Amino acid sequence: MTALLEIEKLEVTFGRTAAVRGASLAVAPGETHCLVGESGCGKSVTALSVMNLLVRNARRRAERLAFQGEDLLKLSDSGMARLRGNAMAMIFQEPMTSLNPAYTVGSQMTEVLRRHKRASQRAATDRAADLLARVGITAPGMRLGQFPHQLSGGLRQRVMIAMALMCDPQLLIADEPTTALDVTVQAQILRLLAGLQRDLGLGLLLITHDLGIVARVATRVSVMYAGEVVESAPTAELFANPRHPYTQGLLRCVPVPGKIRRDQPLGAIPGTVPRVGPDFEGCAFRERCDFADETCKHAIPRHHASTAHDFLCRLPA
Amino acid sequence: MIAIEVRNARKTFKAGKRTVVAVDDVSLSVPEGGVMGIVGESGCGKSTLARLVLGLLPADSGDIAIDGQRLADLDRKARARLIQPVFQDPFASLNPLARVRDIVAMPLVAQGRFGKADITKTVQEMLARVGLGKEMGGRLPSELSGGQRQRVAIARALVLRPRIVVCDEPTSALDVSVQAQILNLLAELRRDLGLTYLFISHNLAVVEHVASEVAVMYLGRLVEREPTETLFAAPEHPYTKALLASVLTPEPGLGVPDVGLGDTLPDPANIPPGCRFHPRCPIAEPRCATTTPPLKPRPNGGVECLLA
Ligand SMILES: Nc1ncnc2c1ncn2[C@@H]1O[C@H](COP(=O)(O)OP(=O)(O)OP(=O)(O)O)[C@@H](O)[C@H]1O
Ligand SMILES: Nc1ncnc2c1ncn2[C@@H]1O[C@H](COP(=O)(O)OP(=O)(O)OP(=O)(O)O)[C@@H](O)[C@H]1O
Ligand code: SF4
Ligand SMILES: [Mg+2]
Ligand SMILES: [Mg+2]
Repeated sequence: MTALLEIEKLEVTFGRTAAVRGASLAVAPGETHCLVGESGCGKSVTALSVMNLLVRNARRRAERLAFQGEDLLKLSDSGMARLRGNAMAMIFQEPMTSLNPAYTVGSQMTEVLRRHKRASQRAATDRAADLLARVGITAPGMRLGQFPHQLSGGLRQRVMIAMALMCDPQLLIADEPTTALDVTVQAQILRLLAGLQRDLGLGLLLITHDLGIVARVATRVSVMYAGEVVESAPTAELFANPRHPYTQGLLRCVPVPGKIRRDQPLGAIPGTVPRVGPDFEGCAFRERCDFADETCKHAIPRHHASTAHDFLCRLPA
Repeated sequence: MIAIEVRNARKTFKAGKRTVVAVDDVSLSVPEGGVMGIVGESGCGKSTLARLVLGLLPADSGDIAIDGQRLADLDRKARARLIQPVFQDPFASLNPLARVRDIVAMPLVAQGRFGKADITKTVQEMLARVGLGKEMGGRLPSELSGGQRQRVAIARALVLRPRIVVCDEPTSALDVSVQAQILNLLAELRRDLGLTYLFISHNLAVVEHVASEVAVMYLGRLVEREPTETLFAAPEHPYTKALLASVLTPEPGLGVPDVGLGDTLPDPANIPPGCRFHPRCPIAEPRCATTTPPLKPRPNGGVECLLA
């Protein structure tokens, strides 16, 4: 089956900052591709590149960027506007910045459908109420009439999710969609998305720092570090056999319920992600890595641990 | 000494013609040096409770005291010296146009009784205390990572040396590695400075790690409260059980559990009679729909369920 979304060697720079450096990944219909990695690694910038929603001073380049085989790099602004929020939808990381404080939930939700599908106001309102109910919001009628600031963090996030689903997208890019939700509602949302994947072949690019979610829903996981995809593997393989020292560090940081000792500090990777320029050479993790040596300052090979599992590190496959 | 004492607090909001009951007759006390974890469904009133305790919102009724003094008797400045917040979104809560050192100095300046040299010195010490180097003082929030921003928010909260810190999802915007750094920092500061925390989080593993006691909130009420070990080892309320069963541990292949709560969430403007959890409770009996469960005391806590 052809991929829904193909990203090959994506580069994004903001002046002297290289936010994404040669990242490649693909999403097939019905698949969940999870993108993980520390804050500032370039996950959101990757997502925004696909939607062509980067700020003006950003420069985007790629060998290929395609949605259902259509080249997004060549698509006009109006062509892009036709896809966005329609066949290709996104849930943004910060609900408060992407919901307009001046309009009610109802008018923002129905606007999307009226724009893309020319639905009547009545039909659009019904659809909005139905979707709010499906993301677990009761009294959807009351919520449609409220403004974003009158909702709790979790309600706002669910409004965003419902809004992204208004036009039955084929591809959904979800950037930390459940951070403000409690675990029971989170489970409900994840089951809803899984249902859409099964029934409608929805492909999901899911950005999350919750490795519990990743383990439970991802088909494949890509780990980003300082703008690069440093490891990519099918989910079970990544958890059983993480090969990049950064991936190994991330997995050690997860507090596992029942195995928690309150008197002991949690495992953390000391230090922070470096800001790197476009001509940075070598492994960006080397300052924080226990295995670093001189060779890490030079170009690093991409090794294959198996056909579907690759990683970017000097350590042998 | 009791650091936080909440008695029968109630808070409602108007939503059009309807009234949302966000906090419904909640009582709770946190001893000095304790960490009270608050967990519960999104929209159940956790942040509202936090804002009542911080004095940022007036309660409709009930009494709140911090450090032995009634909140109503304290002015803004005195309150700021006793209790401070750390919120989820460090970006939204930091002034984007102010430099880090000025953000952290704000609470000191607002007190209006510290000299310039004093302020500079205290801010320097505080930044170092939360692990931010000197050079960070001159940066803008947009020039910091999420973890660094949250360190700034913590420095700002602690610069007046308050006794109590209310943390509302302090790490949910952070990745696991930075989350671990921030949680370790909060634990260290509590030990060294003798702080009391009210700690709201959706991440139960995090709560298990930081809290000494946990209160579970459902639709505006605290339905169960226990020391952390007891709550995680032997939850009694069916909602607490569902919550714990919904935690996604990093074990591939297990999928997302369906804990049988149904997909219809409660309406805070229309609270069910009897036990407010009964329409979704997997073990409800007919009497649950009519009888309001009294608080059943336990040695170090209590639970509101007829069948517990
Ligand atoms: N508008 C911008 N101008 C300049 N730099 C930017 C801009 N947006 C992002 N960056 C930089 O690009 C890098 C990647 O940012 P991005 O938002 O993609 O991180 P992320 O992986 O999504 O992190 P998080 O987990 O915190 O959301 C960071 O170094 C960030 O500072
Ligand atoms: N300013 C307001 N106006 C109207 N309703 C409000 C306001 N603030 C909160 N509410 C309502 O009060 C209820 C409780 O909200 P609160 O923010 O306390 O929930 P929460 O438990 O913190 O949820 P979350 O986990 O999603 O942050 C919700 O139904 C919310 O819509
Ligand atoms: S390439 Fe070197 S620095 Fe990078 S992860 Fe591997 S060993 Fe560590
Ligand atoms: Mg992001
Ligand atoms: Mg809240």
